[in-house]
Amino acid sequence: MNLTVKVWRQKNSKSEGKMVSYNVKDVSPDMSFLEMFDVLNEDLISKGDEPIAFDHDCREGICGMCSMYINGRAHGPKTGITTCQLHMRSFKDGDTIVVEPWRASAFPVIKDLVVDRGAFDRIINAGGFVSVNTGGVPDANAIPISKIDADAAFDAATCIGCGACVASCKNASASLFVAAKITQLALLPQGQVERASRVEKMVAQMEAEGFGACTNTGACSVECPKEISQDTIAKMNREYYAAKASSKNL
Amino acid sequence: MGWLSKALSGNLGQKLIMSLTGLFLISFLLEHLLSNLLLLKSDGADFNAYAEFMKTNPVIQAAEYVLFGGFIVHIIYAAIITVKNKKARPQGYAYNKPSENSSWFSRNMGLSGSMVLIFLIVHLKSFFVPHKITNTATMTIYDDAIITFGNVPYTLFYVAAMFLLAFHLNHGFQSAFQTLGLRHPKYTPFIKKLGTAFAILVPAGFAAIPLYICFIR
Repeated sequence: MNLTVKVWRQKNSKSEGKMVSYNVKDVSPDMSFLEMFDVLNEDLISKGDEPIAFDHDCREGICGMCSMYINGRAHGPKTGITTCQLHMRSFKDGDTIVVEPWRASAFPVIKDLVVDRGAFDRIINAGGFVSVNTGGVPDANAIPISKIDADAAFDAATCIGCGACVASCKNASASLFVAAKITQLALLPQGQVERASRVEKMVAQMEAEGFGACTNTGACSVECPKEISQDTIAKMNREYYAAKASSKNL
Repeated sequence: MGWLSKALSGNLGQKLIMSLTGLFLISFLLEHLLSNLLLLKSDGADFNAYAEFMKTNPVIQAAEYVLFGGFIVHIIYAAIITVKNKKARPQGYAYNKPSENSSWFSRNMGLSGSMVLIFLIVHLKSFFVPHKITNTATMTIYDDAIITFGNVPYTLFYVAAMFLLAFHLNHGFQSAFQTLGLRHPKYTPFIKKLGTAFAILVPAGFAAIPLYICFIR
């Protein structure tokens, strides 16, 4: 396959960026999207050009690093996958593919397609954890929790913090990311001690980072590689109102 | 009460206010539609009597302030949230395909809401202002409605506005419940269907009355 790839090139966080067009030849349909970028970068290096900076790590869909906005959608045209799980067979010979970084004021571009997702880390630092000592691995079924709640907590826990929710939201809202962590820990017995303060602190940090508000378009869940449900956002809202109404943090 | 104003000043608090005022305004739409049905009675006496009751009853007068407050809060918070949301993404995408992941209605609440606001201003100027505020109306409100809706461009403008109201309600109705956290596998499918039905039937009901007066009566 021969493709035209239009990529956002930006030298550093201070400089202005622009879209640059590249021709990529002899692309195998079995390559992953990132492997196609590897081929393009090899070509650029051999010509003495600066290779395109992009985030990637595990390349098996569990680390959440590969943040590319491909042809107008987070992680490209397929749902339920990350960029590394997108294969070139999803495109046609002769296609033009537009690749941009996540766009959000809370995710500043560092270089080319690499954005700083430190805002997510700071939200987790604000309350996305359990402080009580949970000990070693417990015996199976030793913790009193229903199967329904355990499954829902696990579904929420599958969030890999990739930021596709922010990237695809028209308001660059981080609601789905924050809601997933709040839901996971609010459902688990270990999370109860800090339940109210957690939602208050994480939501406050989300605001401080400059993410937008949720308009309930549902775009985040559609683009989420782990298909995390809108149920979590409703749960976060309930947790937030309950915490604000009843917590002793004045 | 510092905790309350703080809780309501964040994204989640502001959206809570949007959803509550939205649901309140939805309840008003239903009341307004039911009373408009009196326009279909060829004798205007009932409609005029109803209008007189609405104009003079002290409870209604108080409720009117609450209603205007509901509109103003809903509009101001929409503006505040929109500005914040724009700031969250100062640079947009060169190529974006949001239709793949969300409905047009959900992404354009600001547009549909603004159009409904323009309609609302024209609508208040046609009926509420001359009959209630300035008392400059030279005829009964029933006669005024019949003459106003007899004007084809005005009726078509009214009908177009009802389409935009339908777009706004189609997302707004179910979105309000989601924002309130009222989501449950037993009830949410029903709420969504009810929202779509409401968004179609209520604006259609509003639009049918001037269309009837203009073209059939």
